[in-house]
Amino acid sequence: MKFTLSWLKDHLDTTASVDDISAKLTSTGLEVESLINPAAGLDAFIVAHIAEANQHPNADRLRVCTVETGSETLQVVCGAPNARAGLKVVLARPGVTIPATGDVLKKGAIRGVESQGMLCSLGELKLAGESEGIIELPADAPVGAPVTQVLAIDPVIEINLTPNRVDALGVRGIARDLAAAGLGKLKPINDAPVPGTFESPRKVKMALPAGEEKKCPQFVGRTIRGVKNTESPQWLKDRLTAIGLRPVSALVDITQYLTIDLGRPLHAFDDAKLNGDVGPRLATSGETLAALNAKTYTLDADMVVIADANAALGIAGIMGGAPSSVTETTTTVFLESALFDPMNIAGTGRKLQINSDARYCFERGVDPASAIPGAEVATRMILDICGGEASTLVTGGAAPDTTRTIAFNPARVKSLGGLDLPASESKAILERLGFTVAGTGDARTVTPPSWRADVEGWQDLVEEVLRIHGYDNIPPIPLPRAPMPKVALTAQQRQIAFTRRSLAARGLNETTTWSFLPSAQAELFRGELPLVTLANPISSDLDAMRPSLIPNLAAAAGRNAARGMADCALFEVGPRFEGSKPGQQVQVAAVLRSGQTTARHWSGSRRPVDALDAKADALAALEAAGASIAGLQTTAGGAGWYHPGRSGVLKLGNQVLAAFGELHPGTLSALDIKGPIFACEVFLDRIPQPKKKAGAARPLLKASSLQPVERDFAFVVDTTVAAEALLRAVKSADKELISDVGLFDIYQGPHVGEGKKSLAVAVTLQPKDATLTDEQIDAVSKKIVAAVEKTCNGRLRA
Amino acid sequence: MTDNIDQLRTELLAAVSDAADAGALEDVRVSALGKKGRITDLMKGLGGMAPEERKTFGQRLNVLKDEVAAALDVRKQGFDSAALNARLASESMDVTVSARPEARGTLHPISQTMEEVAAIFAQMGFEIADGPDIEDDFHNFTALNFPPGHPAREMHDTFFLPTEPSAAERYLLRTHTSPVQIRTMMSQKPPIRVIIPGRTYRCDYDMTHTPMFHQVELLVIDTETNMSHLRGCLQEFVRTYFGVDDLTTRFRPSFFPFTEPSAEMDIGCSRKGGELKIGNYGDWLEILGCGMVHPNVLRACGLDPDVYQGFAAGMGIERIAMLKYGIPDLRTFFESDLRWLRHYGFAALDIPSVTGGLTR
Repeated sequence: MKFTLSWLKDHLDTTASVDDISAKLTSTGLEVESLINPAAGLDAFIVAHIAEANQHPNADRLRVCTVETGSETLQVVCGAPNARAGLKVVLARPGVTIPATGDVLKKGAIRGVESQGMLCSLGELKLAGESEGIIELPADAPVGAPVTQVLAIDPVIEINLTPNRVDALGVRGIARDLAAAGLGKLKPINDAPVPGTFESPRKVKMALPAGEEKKCPQFVGRTIRGVKNTESPQWLKDRLTAIGLRPVSALVDITQYLTIDLGRPLHAFDDAKLNGDVGPRLATSGETLAALNAKTYTLDADMVVIADANAALGIAGIMGGAPSSVTETTTTVFLESALFDPMNIAGTGRKLQINSDARYCFERGVDPASAIPGAEVATRMILDICGGEASTLVTGGAAPDTTRTIAFNPARVKSLGGLDLPASESKAILERLGFTVAGTGDARTVTPPSWRADVEGWQDLVEEVLRIHGYDNIPPIPLPRAPMPKVALTAQQRQIAFTRRSLAARGLNETTTWSFLPSAQAELFRGELPLVTLANPISSDLDAMRPSLIPNLAAAAGRNAARGMADCALFEVGPRFEGSKPGQQVQVAAVLRSGQTTARHWSGSRRPVDALDAKADALAALEAAGASIAGLQTTAGGAGWYHPGRSGVLKLGNQVLAAFGELHPGTLSALDIKGPIFACEVFLDRIPQPKKKAGAARPLLKASSLQPVERDFAFVVDTTVAAEALLRAVKSADKELISDVGLFDIYQGPHVGEGKKSLAVAVTLQPKDATLTDEQIDAVSKKIVAAVEKTCNGRLRA
Repeated sequence: MTDNIDQLRTELLAAVSDAADAGALEDVRVSALGKKGRITDLMKGLGGMAPEERKTFGQRLNVLKDEVAAALDVRKQGFDSAALNARLASESMDVTVSARPEARGTLHPISQTMEEVAAIFAQMGFEIADGPDIEDDFHNFTALNFPPGHPAREMHDTFFLPTEPSAAERYLLRTHTSPVQIRTMMSQKPPIRVIIPGRTYRCDYDMTHTPMFHQVELLVIDTETNMSHLRGCLQEFVRTYFGVDDLTTRFRPSFFPFTEPSAEMDIGCSRKGGELKIGNYGDWLEILGCGMVHPNVLRACGLDPDVYQGFAAGMGIERIAMLKYGIPDLRTFFESDLRWLRHYGFAALDIPSVTGGLTR
């Protein structure tokens, strides 16, 4: 919403500066988006008088002027063809910054003649894009005065209008707010009926079907004959130009002007091009209309058109049609001032993709009482500018009665708004905004004006009072709080935060990737899950919700490799989507590694990452998230996107808590990413939460004073035997005595034979009561060997 | 005898000092004090002596023995330390070479910022709530007082999931964290103080918009909290978060369907020379939207708006992270560029806390 200062002053009697007005607009909720004040920076430019203008001795196109400022006489060299004696001009003296160039003017000599200043053009003052010659001020301009007092400089203000403030769609509504906020007085407006000198030959025909009348509850028309549709007067053209509108002709400009001035769109038809009565009806499906923007639209049966007996004349509340539009030859006008349903206008505008000022107003909601007063103001303006004579009004339908009352207790301004304000002041503010306030004490009855459809409850009245008084007058008070804050996070939230930091502590870089991915990738990683696509994706690359975090991480690794960083160690903690309904998402921590463990180093400490790094990441995440690692079982194999021989799942009972492994080369080639890549996914929601403990106390440490004994065993087993099964067997041989079992060597080769491998384990025996005797140790050893033989079909290696 | 002992002393001490290395010195020890050494031999001879003579000779012999042993010790220590020095000299390494590399992990700025925000509001008694990314129309719009036909409900702003013909509800990706306000009010009795951080989605992708971004929402519901508390709470927040104790704030009336009265808050800043600085420099920067929870929203959650009241506020996580940490481009948050993650990321142990320091 754009307007100029002089325009505002048509409605507001104020002496406030444009900066004060701008600040007040923002503080009342009409946020100033931009203030273009051409007068800013012109304070040092003054009115001067050219006493003499002589030819420059050394240049044909230059003149040497003797310039008087009232206090001094200066010599100025000027190149403008219109520099002549007797002219009142704008003078810049040395030291002044020229707005167009940003340069500071210096005293100097031009072609050997001293110049003590500069005579300025509109362009140099940035008051016009380009200009010819220097500014010629009126002859009565006082010499020596600042030019800002002489030039007609009209600052342009643009406000960012919130959708609720339909009343501020017009300059008058803005003036009303400023007046209410104490920045002046709202001037009266002459919207009294213009007496008609004849009866309008053209009548209104309301042709909306029963039940659809609310799409156009009121239609007001008037015939004005004998008009001359000339160019608009300069002031009108200036205002429209200043806010970025293009003046067309007086009749068109007047309707454009009133849309901005009062927030009241109107339309002027060339009466000669109409047939029969005019009014609203539904469009027929497929009906076409050539609109004023030179485009032809195909309409549907939900849309409202203004039509005469023959055809649709315009798209109601959005845009007029070309065939019935006024031209310079128009002599009789049929003026339309109507009311339309905001929802219907918004829908039609969206479907046809037309953005017009009329649509902007109607879809937000024009003052329902404005059709007749708007027509009167427009008539008066047409008669003023175009001449002619007006008929009586012809009307169809009626303005809907939106009168309602709101019970209001002024104490709510304090209890909800936090502002201590006398009830009388609240009342005065509401009245200045056009509300009527009846009743006394804490039982007031407030009636909002017709233009405030947004005000529904007492909370809205509190807001009106607060915003006009100024939100900044609400004193800030800290939220009252308990002496000691409580724990803000749930156990699960803490575990997720801890998991995140634990993974970062492992040298992994956390990233955040889209919740979306290409559906082709979702297909590769969804397994049993449904494909969840969006109805309206932003692009085909982001058209599905991710069933796994891995593809996005893999794509990230691919992008980094393309930048020369092949060693990636990334993780993300975030949702995966298992369905398309609320609640069908689970929290997953996913890790991805590629390349080498570290940078190249002289010590040779780096190695390629492998599936066991992914396993270690999974275990670390699980442990950080509160899972008991000791109870987990590793099972080989995994989902289809993993290497079948280099992947596994970590299970607690039958529940898969995590999956890890090398990504399947086929999957990677489908993603167009070079492998190998290793990853794990930890399903955080599946980790059983520990029962609420009685306290933070840990079980008592039982540290034995007796030396533990370590014994090594090497077993030969089939290559198919899982190491974890063997370790479990060893451990189960004597749960009391065996405190730890560790695998320290794996051998496969000629010494153990085809299809066999040797697994060497270190077994720690922790005596409880007395040092172990050789016999006891032998006995345990035999049990261990027997257990491995039984469960893993293994024998002690010779 | 005297001369013999003196002679022997001279000889043995000379042999000790003449020994070229530790081996030669050991030979000298054996030749003097070994089983068949010269002093040992003389000791053995003591038994055949008259008692008087044995006493004086024995005493002198003992003195000699101690003297030679001491000389041997001194000499041996000399050889030992020389040998150690030689070994150490041979073991020297180039300590200027690089230490073994360790990977330095990082936390994403979004995670860190969310934890900072949580740390501040936790001090004020807020808890953390969360909700689903896929929402229904009711929680995302209807209960939040978005009128039917509101532009946000249309396809060009909001991501929708395909509607099954039989479905009663339309599912969508939440466009803000506000639906969790509804979930919280419907599942929890006032007093309520929660913050809601999370992923949000809108159909927008350009220099300053990404189709996914993060918000944090505040909700306070009780019977007393008013706009003074809203201002106070948010003022404390921005001062703590940006680390500017006297940061000025400005409240402007605004409009959101789910709050009434509604406000936007600006903080002081400077834009001199194209560089944005937070502080009291006379210019203003919009930072968040807020307001008192709309009576229709309270009603939708079964709360009587004449009894219960409170405020809600929301802000963009990426935006406040960009402002605080000088990150210039929103889109880079989601590019997973390792250089960016390492540069703008946070150390694993850099846990923000109001009392322990929010920012290192």
